[in-house]
Amino acid sequence: MPHLHVVASTPPSGLEQLWFILIAVLWLGYFFLEGFDFGVGILLPFLSRDDMDRRVMINTIGPVWDGNEVWLITAGGATFAAFPLWYATVFSGFYLALFLVLAALIFRGMAFELRGKKDDPSWRAWWDRAIFWGSALPALLWGVAFADFLHGVPIASQATWTGNFFDLVKPYALLGGLTTLSLFTLHGATFLGLKADGEVRQRAQHSGLFLAPATFVLMLGFLTWTYVTAHTTHHNGLVPPFLPILGLVVLAGVGWLMRERLEGWAFVATALVIVIFFVTVFLNLYPRVLVSSVGPQFSLTLSQTASQPYTLKVMSWVALIFTPFVLLYQSWTYWIFRKRVRRAEPLPTPSSIGS
Amino acid sequence: MGIIAGITTLTLARWQFGVTTVFHFLFVPLTIGLGFLVACLQTAAYRTNDEHYDRMARFFGKLFLINFAIGVVTGIVQEFQFGMDWSSYSVFVGNIFGAPLAIEGLLAFFMESTFLGIWIFGRGRVSKRVHLASIWLASLGTMLSAVFILAANSWMQHPVGFKIDKATGQAVMTDFWAVITNSTFFGAYFHVLFAALLTGAVFMLAIAAWHIRRHQQRETFTKVARIAIVVTLLSALGTCFMGDTQARQMDAQQPMKMAAAEALYNTSDGASFSLLTIGDLTGNPLFQIRLPHLLSLIADNSWNGQVKGIKQLQAADVKKFGAGNYVPILWVTYWSFRLMVGLGILMIALGGIGLWLMRKKRLERSTWFLRFASLMLLAPFLANSFGWIFTEEGRQPWVVYGLLKTSQAVSHVSVGYVAASLIGFTAIYSFLAVIEIGLMIKVARKAPEELTSRDDERPLELVY
Repeated sequence: MPHLHVVASTPPSGLEQLWFILIAVLWLGYFFLEGFDFGVGILLPFLSRDDMDRRVMINTIGPVWDGNEVWLITAGGATFAAFPLWYATVFSGFYLALFLVLAALIFRGMAFELRGKKDDPSWRAWWDRAIFWGSALPALLWGVAFADFLHGVPIASQATWTGNFFDLVKPYALLGGLTTLSLFTLHGATFLGLKADGEVRQRAQHSGLFLAPATFVLMLGFLTWTYVTAHTTHHNGLVPPFLPILGLVVLAGVGWLMRERLEGWAFVATALVIVIFFVTVFLNLYPRVLVSSVGPQFSLTLSQTASQPYTLKVMSWVALIFTPFVLLYQSWTYWIFRKRVRRAEPLPTPSSIGS
Repeated sequence: MGIIAGITTLTLARWQFGVTTVFHFLFVPLTIGLGFLVACLQTAAYRTNDEHYDRMARFFGKLFLINFAIGVVTGIVQEFQFGMDWSSYSVFVGNIFGAPLAIEGLLAFFMESTFLGIWIFGRGRVSKRVHLASIWLASLGTMLSAVFILAANSWMQHPVGFKIDKATGQAVMTDFWAVITNSTFFGAYFHVLFAALLTGAVFMLAIAAWHIRRHQQRETFTKVARIAIVVTLLSALGTCFMGDTQARQMDAQQPMKMAAAEALYNTSDGASFSLLTIGDLTGNPLFQIRLPHLLSLIADNSWNGQVKGIKQLQAADVKKFGAGNYVPILWVTYWSFRLMVGLGILMIALGGIGLWLMRKKRLERSTWFLRFASLMLLAPFLANSFGWIFTEEGRQPWVVYGLLKTSQAVSHVSVGYVAASLIGFTAIYSFLAVIEIGLMIKVARKAPEELTSRDDERPLELVY
């Protein structure tokens, strides 16, 4: 019978570093893409005045949200394959939080597909609530989770989990969650500014003027806390000094870009802020993948959690060969659906079109 | 107390896996099968410019999409729950099992979701050629996803291309080629693929038959029914043939599963196959119908071939793996196997009779057949479920055959968490099932309207 054992940490190999970068890229891609469709879902009740507005908003992400969610599935699968112990420890440790994320994503996905299938206002209203909560909850919880990775979770020797759900919702983690919630909402606003037309576009721009400063304050707070912790605990993560400052500068510019109606640039800017934010988090983690709040000797590192070189090599070849195709055809979809979505008159009933 | 808590977590985690997986797999085969058939209809529509086919591609396309969405959202749970509930399993197999899951995302899910988006939203906006290519690529994506997930499952049934790492105790991959060319994989893949096509075809036939019987657009639905009957017969025969080759493989690789399928207690030569049993399965039935020599034929391809019995296999396993119970729950394996096979034979009959009526040109008028075809709607879904219940229960007590027991695979999480999520998922899934079935019935019953020229003027970006 097998006895699983967590080995002592060694400096990460080149392959392990490569896969840490690839996993980070998958999460970055996920947050960049699903970030705006979470944002659109969160803004749904706030930027719409009637059902047609809501349909305009939902249809801006209609052809792409499902493909965006596949980034999460691939990130999960790749973590399972490249760092099994990281995957297993996190997923069992964050049990209830992940259950909530899954429930939210289930209702949200069903809502997109089902809301238009019955011509009944209360049916649609229920699914619209599902879209809002199904977007807001994961947007918050992903931030909580990544803040926890960095700030520490109660794991002791042999990756044994010694805490409970409430160890995961400490003030630092909640601040991280509010930061991503606000950031993704802002990202959704710049996306709507770029993709919607008419009043929805106007309202999205107005919302940005309020959301951008709010996000700035939250992120400033979170990053400051992160850096203070990094210096007081002398942890061995990589702590780049200029990167977060650059992120905050770009974020400060978003409000201005939106006011100047430079919609494309505003979207690029929020995308950049998301990338910089999560790169900062991943760098702070390295070479650890999960920090222990029990003691630094119990933190899990790349070398302890990684698969054997053979698996990593096979996966590298597969990724090298197929990723370019995926990126090509996914970008191509955005090109096909590049036109703004606008209100249509007369109103067609949603259930009579489609396929 | 600790032991009791451990057992309960294990039991609940097993129930959770069973509930979520059986539910998920109600939709997956329909996605694969119907996706392929809708792609065929779309091709016929574009090639023949026949308006009937276009209407049918839209009609079944809508049903396909309702089904697809639920398959996607329940699929995310599948990937996450390995880590949530089965973290020891995940650590043990991650080096090998994780790779196909990651590759499935990269190769299949991106393709499926992206091109389906183009197919739904691109009608009238991309060229007909691109529109047609997109549904075929989406269909190919669904079939590819089955490749990787079945490669992963085949490794659990018959582990190959690995060694056990001494330092970590994990199973680590030594030969990727061996993993993806696992002998178990080939049979399993085509068995599942044919079963998926069968599911799509029976689904299509059942709905078409319902409309024909009610004289709603008979001409259109008869065209669909003809295609569905041919696919039903061919894929039912394909499923049966692949299942037969799998049975011999199972006898060699997992003899206990073969014995459990039959509840065969003692090793016998020229073993008979029991069609059904009333009473207990321990060898003293009240009533039994047996077909002589059939089990030997299935398991060994010979009239008097030897089939090993549960008692002998249990003794051999104890010698090999140490003390323990190596017998799966027999009433589950015995009955799920029979129900799967029985439903399969019924579907072969459905296709065969349908084809005969088609050739006699009596299909539209044969009320009893149309009624039978509609009633058969549930058959493929039940058969798919029984098939998986059989093959997974039949492997017990192992989760990875011969390497890791299910009881060693479970996460060290509290009973409360697993209970909460089991209740949560069951509630959510029941709710979804009610909504889904209600909507499916509503959409399936409404005969598709005649297409008008206005359809092309509709604002296509507002699909949702």
